[in-house]
Amino acid sequence: MGTGMRYLAQGIVYTVFAVAIYIFSIGPTYTHLESDKAMIKLSFAHATKPKGECKVLTREELAKLAPNMRRPKICPRERMKAYVELELDGKPTYQSVLLPTGFHSDGAVRVYERVPVPAGKHTITVRMRDTARENGFDYEVTREVDMVPGQNFAIDFNAPKGGFIFE
Amino acid sequence: MALLKFILRYVFMTIEGWFDKIFTVRWNPFYYLGALGYFYFWVVAATGVYLFIFMDTGLTEAYESVEYMTHDQWYLAGVMRSLHRYASDAMVVMVMMHLVREFAYDKYRGGRWFSWVTGVPMIWLVFASGVTGYWLVWDQLAQYIAIATTEWLDWLPIFGEPIARNFISPSHLDDRFFTLMIFIHIALPLILLFIMWFHLQRINYSKVNPVRGLAVGTMLMLLVLSFIEPAVSHAPADLSVVPASLNLDWYFLWAFPLIEWTSEGAIWGFAFVGTIFLIIIPWLPPRPKEAVAVVNLDNCNGCTRCAVDCPFNAISMVRRSDDAPFAQEAKVDPDMCVSCGICVGSCPTATPFRRRGELVPGIELPDLTVVQLREMAEKASVKLEGSERIIAFGCKHAIDPENLGQKNLGSVMMPCVAMLPPSFVDFVLSRDLADGVVLTGCRDGECHYRLGAQWMDERVAGDRDPRLRKRVPRERLLKVWAAPTDRNMLAQEIATFADQLGNLEKPIESPAQNQTDPVVLDTDNAKETV
Repeated sequence: MGTGMRYLAQGIVYTVFAVAIYIFSIGPTYTHLESDKAMIKLSFAHATKPKGECKVLTREELAKLAPNMRRPKICPRERMKAYVELELDGKPTYQSVLLPTGFHSDGAVRVYERVPVPAGKHTITVRMRDTARENGFDYEVTREVDMVPGQNFAIDFNAPKGGFIFE
Repeated sequence: MALLKFILRYVFMTIEGWFDKIFTVRWNPFYYLGALGYFYFWVVAATGVYLFIFMDTGLTEAYESVEYMTHDQWYLAGVMRSLHRYASDAMVVMVMMHLVREFAYDKYRGGRWFSWVTGVPMIWLVFASGVTGYWLVWDQLAQYIAIATTEWLDWLPIFGEPIARNFISPSHLDDRFFTLMIFIHIALPLILLFIMWFHLQRINYSKVNPVRGLAVGTMLMLLVLSFIEPAVSHAPADLSVVPASLNLDWYFLWAFPLIEWTSEGAIWGFAFVGTIFLIIIPWLPPRPKEAVAVVNLDNCNGCTRCAVDCPFNAISMVRRSDDAPFAQEAKVDPDMCVSCGICVGSCPTATPFRRRGELVPGIELPDLTVVQLREMAEKASVKLEGSERIIAFGCKHAIDPENLGQKNLGSVMMPCVAMLPPSFVDFVLSRDLADGVVLTGCRDGECHYRLGAQWMDERVAGDRDPRLRKRVPRERLLKVWAAPTDRNMLAQEIATFADQLGNLEKPIESPAQNQTDPVVLDTDNAKETV
């Protein structure tokens, strides 16, 4: 192969490589969410109450402990589990028992759930039970929303602020 | 796995053969895949420093600063941004091709496990560096990547609160998050650079830079691409909106759609199993280690040639441990030795002419001693007749010339052709064991042990010790570097060589034939003197 032909062929190889780099650096286009849908994100972390009652130690019981271990009140380390459910237009869409995190189940319960929904008007109900009760809910909110295509609708939770927060 | 390797090797050899014609052996990019990866890394680093100067890490300022660079200062900062992106993509291509090629050519086992295993974290770091870079633009693509990455990380039960919650709504995010991200985006490539240095610690004469012609060509390619198709951003990130259609950079971001199509756990499983597999693959399946080179102190004068020529830094020169009047001796690290025998070819005492005493060179392979090599050459000669007798010295990783159907040819095969001390060529011709000698092995850029063809070229040309003596008639020597895919070419070359030998006059008997024990070890300047 002559020098001229070689340089020409090299140019072609470089061009093919450049085109390959360019094409796959911007495509093919990926559709993450269909154009007529919106997204509900239910996400929060919540420290539930300890599982069981705290115990106040007597003077005798405290005396039996090492000096550095004498705490007057001892609470169980483990936290309660929680139950959460999300209804969309009256239909159960998501429900889950949330277990406390951590090796000793002493961390917060947490949830992060994406729910793609058709854009438009919806009735959203979200409820949570975070105590020992077996029926009913400790927190419940129902809201009418009108979601536009592509909207990210976040549902957070903050107990001191009264419970569920729609953003 | 062997079949996959065979197919890949065939594909590489075929394409590399074409590229040898287009680029020449010296410029063939396939012989510089690792070096090109380093080159692109430096382009990314240099352009990254420039971009960092103008980059703002605020929640809205990040996007605005990138837009300013892309559109207002397109001729410089915009080009820098495009180079930064395209060189990163090219680096991914080079890294992956380098990995597949080393696998295909079986260049990752034995003593070479170190380079392979240190390459595994580099893959993670390359991808992590790229992904964090995309975050910084803070456009809709960045938003998608940030959320998808944190959701993926949240699958691990190590975070008290899901870190993806940082992106659940605009109120959750602040400027400091970007400060952290830019710190990570700088720290990861620095760690990568450290491992890149580590990656080469057991490689002698490693190619960390492509040849100038190749570097110029690939840089021009990136520049032209950057001017014609500058890298641009998506719309600015908005956490109240879910990005719908995205122009993904598939070189870096291919895993994100996979997460959605499968699950976070599945991709963690894939990443974990894939990483473990890559780490243990040099030992799969286990293969008995070949006997490593052994130093024979009685014949080692500490000349350093074996240490200089070893492609894998397996030989070091240490203080003399015996009473011989030399300062140093060679020491082989058995963990790093790949039993290529190149050290034997470099040893001035490894000469077949020696008759006085036992032929034991300063360093040799126990499984294929120099005595055995000489016996193999003599045995190969016995069956040859006429005036076109050829003895071929070849590499086991390339073609055995004896299988090419050439009459009157006997071959002696070695782990690497550079294991052959050049004096063997002289020996064969001066002792009339054959009328011609063929030296053949892997293609120059494909040498299984990296430097075999190059060292042999230089020894024959007289540019490297031990040199092939000038008295050796070069018209009786054929040197062909050929891949297994080049059988026809090699057969043709040898046939032409045989015809040429038939037309040559018979050499006058050399006085060297009657010499005995020609080796003298000189303390100051050890050279084979005959």
